[in-house]
Amino acid sequence: MYEHDVVVVGAGGAGLRAAIAAQEAGADVAMVSKLHPVRSHTGAAEGGINAALRDADSWEDHAYDTMKGSDYLGDAPAVEALCQESPEEVIRLEHWGMPFSREDDGRVSQRPFGGLSFPRTTYAGAETGHQMLHTMYEQVVKRGITVYDEWHVMDLAVTDEDDPAERTCHGVVAYDIQSGEINGFRAEDGVILATGGMGQVFDHTTNAVANTGDGVAMAYRAGVPMEDMEFIQFHPTTLPSTGVLISEGVRGEGGILYNEDGERFMFEHGYANNDGELASRDVVSRAELTEVNEGRGIEDEYVHLDMRHLGEERILDRLENILHLAEDFEGADGLTEPMPVKPGQHYAMGGIETNEFGETVIDGLYAAGECACASVHGANRLGGNALPELIVFGKRAGRHAAGEEMGEAEIETGRSGDWQPADYEFGVEVGETGDSGPAAADGGAVATDAESVVGGAVGRAKERVEELLSREGRNHAEIRSAVQETMTANVNVFREEDRLGETLEDLREAREAYKDVAVSDPSRTFNTDLIHTIETRNILDIAEALTMGALAREEFRGAHWRKKHQERKDDEWLKHTLISWNDGEPELWYKPVVLEGENKTYEPKTRSY
Amino acid sequence: MSTQIPKQTEESTETDAETEPASKGDERRAEKRRRAAERREQRQEEEAEKAAADESTVELKVFRYDPQVEGKQEPRFDTFHVPFTKGMTVLDALMYARDTYDSSLTFRHSCRQAVCGSDAMFVNGGQKLACKTQISDLQQPVRVEPLPHAEVTKDLVVDMEHFYDQMEAVEPYFQTNEYPDGELEEQRQDRENREKIKMSTRCIWCGACMSSCNIAAGDNEYLGPAAINKAYRFAMDEREGEEMKQKRLEIIEQEHGVWRCQTQFSCTEVCPKDIPLTEHIQELKREAVKNNLKFW
Repeated sequence: MYEHDVVVVGAGGAGLRAAIAAQEAGADVAMVSKLHPVRSHTGAAEGGINAALRDADSWEDHAYDTMKGSDYLGDAPAVEALCQESPEEVIRLEHWGMPFSREDDGRVSQRPFGGLSFPRTTYAGAETGHQMLHTMYEQVVKRGITVYDEWHVMDLAVTDEDDPAERTCHGVVAYDIQSGEINGFRAEDGVILATGGMGQVFDHTTNAVANTGDGVAMAYRAGVPMEDMEFIQFHPTTLPSTGVLISEGVRGEGGILYNEDGERFMFEHGYANNDGELASRDVVSRAELTEVNEGRGIEDEYVHLDMRHLGEERILDRLENILHLAEDFEGADGLTEPMPVKPGQHYAMGGIETNEFGETVIDGLYAAGECACASVHGANRLGGNALPELIVFGKRAGRHAAGEEMGEAEIETGRSGDWQPADYEFGVEVGETGDSGPAAADGGAVATDAESVVGGAVGRAKERVEELLSREGRNHAEIRSAVQETMTANVNVFREEDRLGETLEDLREAREAYKDVAVSDPSRTFNTDLIHTIETRNILDIAEALTMGALAREEFRGAHWRKKHQERKDDEWLKHTLISWNDGEPELWYKPVVLEGENKTYEPKTRSY
Repeated sequence: MSTQIPKQTEESTETDAETEPASKGDERRAEKRRRAAERREQRQEEEAEKAAADESTVELKVFRYDPQVEGKQEPRFDTFHVPFTKGMTVLDALMYARDTYDSSLTFRHSCRQAVCGSDAMFVNGGQKLACKTQISDLQQPVRVEPLPHAEVTKDLVVDMEHFYDQMEAVEPYFQTNEYPDGELEEQRQDRENREKIKMSTRCIWCGACMSSCNIAAGDNEYLGPAAINKAYRFAMDEREGEEMKQKRLEIIEQEHGVWRCQTQFSCTEVCPKDIPLTEHIQELKREAVKNNLKFW
């Protein structure tokens, strides 16, 4: 068993920042990640980091834009923390040597982004995430922080009291991909989940193959509620054949969207008469698909994004990476022709329920970054708000886990305060099917001392791996692609009740099939068949919760659109959706949004761009 | 172990050998392996027949090796026929082969868009990122091997530890003694200087350059192109200041540093991010000479 004060799971932006913060606060930190840190998907982020750096701007304006962008489902204490602390965190990155794009006076450049009232997006060309990831990994190397890379965390080691709020997390159990060793990692002070996105629930996504939502699924099965899972951001400009992202920076710099008839549809068809291409992402994605559905798409599939008029010099200076991506992955030359784009799954606004310090309802368990839901993004994330979330909440979780005194949280977790039960009949059985592998807190003997809790989790993980390796059965790949197909077909930008219901049935079938899953590669060396099989279980749990949320929420808010419910219903739905695993019988419930900020209350207004 | 093996067998050579099963679990696994192998062979044959009959398929010859699995301990090449689709990359073809024919086919991959640096391989005799190499640009059969001059862990996966060690040997982190006053005050950097280091900061740690370098192959302690490029990235960054630059130049002037480079340009040729690695190494040599003259 390995022992550390703080164990960080995942080594992308949030994980790296958390590890640095915990180490600075005096903790002995270890990072455990299924990828080497520089392989993390933070590196694919292109556009930038929002930060109110200049005198003409203010964190209050940034917070207002973010609350509006969230369609009033963001929690003000988290949103305000993001906007207040992003400037110092951006400057810290600059002090760590991050090569930001620069103005003539040598200061960090900023550009306009969708939904922002001020050009406050700092950036490094169109490769901001890559530069940020490498800059922070450099700091981890400098500090000598222990990194267990290519160790896949299989589960959390959590005590099993009936009430999740009374449980404690003592560590994790992980599988060394290189050697096949399964071992426990005991965390004296806390485990921080920073496992990133879950795009592999869909088949057209900007996310990496590794983005299977492992942390969210693990926390869910251990008893932490998943929050607002139905809110998925579909980015309006992804390449049609691969899902590779074309940064919002293209539109920020002046790129224009055209339909097949050469119309600038964002204006000409009235989708966003003021902001046009720079309306919020949910608005632009729906506009594009409406164009396609009404017969004005190109090849009935996509629209055009044109940046030729920006001129070669400006493109090379600020968007060079886009030229390479369009050329390598779509065969389009952005300097001489418009680029084909369509909406693709990009980001999960929902995730592991946390407060503004990254704490979950389980003692000693934290989450930060895309896997977490504080909630900073509510029903829709603004472009340029994901990267500051990583550094602000990574830092907060790291410090808190290391024992720094940070005061009382405003955001409550778990079933406390004004939570309310939901009465929604799904009509389909959901949850555990009986034999999908052990969950962290499912039954078992009651163990309370840390070592036996971790030891127990290790034992269950070993049993599970033996079982998967020794039995015969189906390959996980067909199950995974069945899930991805039904999710992309039915739980997409436009959602209808019937099809969401059918999706739950499809997912039930996939869960049944997964009962017979087996790994055919017998090797203990770099067995990716085994890793992918374990991930597919996580994909199943997430897809189901996401669809449950999408069915229950009968309104149109932010990224969540329902055919028969075409308006935002603040009287009924100004609340978060929560789903608790409940030891295999998922339960839906709600809690109110926190709209009261430090100095003001954010009154919901009509959201127009 | 080298990938340059003398003999290649193309048929699956998985055997039933499991001479002395130590436990019930081992027996079960052995039996399972036998049946899985049979099933796989049958399915592979069927699919391969179908695919071979079709002109729009890609023929892949993929290096296979597993230190633990009977029949794979001797390196071999397996042939896969994959239906061609427009825009298909080497990575797409490998994923298809894995998900359709043989789930034990092993390679690293993640982002699919040439930024995570996981999938550098030896494709038709050259170091390439599988995800940004179009099948249509390659001669068939497409031969896919692990990166040369690295220990093979399994199939196309190589041990990257040595590469990481070299990267970390050059103090690969920003250092300065000259921060501006005020917590919210950024360091100024002119556009020209940012432009100067831009290409060097694009490195994705894929290891293609190191694998292509003859010097690195002969001198295991040579820092190699990627690590020297990392040193360049900081040495040329004016924000670090003159004092730091001295230190940087000392690091790259060590015995196994820049002076080992024989300017063969192989690293520059294979770099998937078009970083002018050899030029960077040359420039550091010039800087080092200038610097040494200063103290004469």
